[in-house]
Amino acid sequence: MNMGEEQIIFYFFAASVLISALCVVVMKNLVRSIFLFFVTLFSLAALYLFALADFIALAQVIIYAGGVLVLMLFAFMLSNRELLSSLNPVVSGFKINNFAGILISLLLLFILFTVIIKTDLNHLNWMQESVPINSSDNTTHLIGIQTMTTYLLPFEILSVFLMMALIGAAHLARKGGKS
Amino acid sequence: MIPIAHFMLISACLFCTGLYAVLTRRNAIQVLIGIEFMINAAVLNFVAFGRYDKISGGGQMFALFAIVLAAAGVAVALAIILNVYKYFKSIDPTKTNTLKD
Repeated sequence: MNMGEEQIIFYFFAASVLISALCVVVMKNLVRSIFLFFVTLFSLAALYLFALADFIALAQVIIYAGGVLVLMLFAFMLSNRELLSSLNPVVSGFKINNFAGILISLLLLFILFTVIIKTDLNHLNWMQESVPINSSDNTTHLIGIQTMTTYLLPFEILSVFLMMALIGAAHLARKGGKS
Repeated sequence: MIPIAHFMLISACLFCTGLYAVLTRRNAIQVLIGIEFMINAAVLNFVAFGRYDKISGGGQMFALFAIVLAAAGVAVALAIILNVYKYFKSIDPTKTNTLKD
């Protein structure tokens, strides 16, 4: 009974991710597509919870919903109205460019599906030897220990990189300037 | 337990949606959203495999790193988009055909 409920909720969120992602991509109205992007990101965070990654899910909500989306909305507000209206001339009709894009995506999807279905994912060698995470484990505790021991160097590089990227973004987006 | 193949199928669908957006959209911000979809599909795979590896925890750690890198990328990309708009008066990627002057 418990398993049934878990699966129903999982597939509900999976459908929500895929449908909202398709709507975001197809939508002509940019503001609507950005707000639908919220829905996709929150449902993805729910899917991370099913893989027992609660800290990652929380980071996803904070960084994406709190940071990235606010940034995108600010990009609207700082730019003038022409930015919105110039996008709206709808390319009507079925362009050959669109067709090629659909074809490439569908073919890649087909290849990925074939590979995933043909692979025997539940009996990989490393999976048999490693210890899986239990739902009673404290993953935040584990992540904290690993950040400060095994992954200390990537963590430090990442912090410097983040500072460089933010300074660079502020420099690029400044008003006026020589050029 | 949800089987890992289902996570991978969902992430494959999400990746292809992002690829479609990158290939066909006429709007730099929607192209950026497509790139975010592709990154999120990769993160979903990292997290799904990370469930089986508690000792070294590589999946969850690198999922965290990928999320932070994506956030940094979005900040820079939006700054570039604002500059492109100032210069070309349009953010259609097919109309921006020069890098300098």
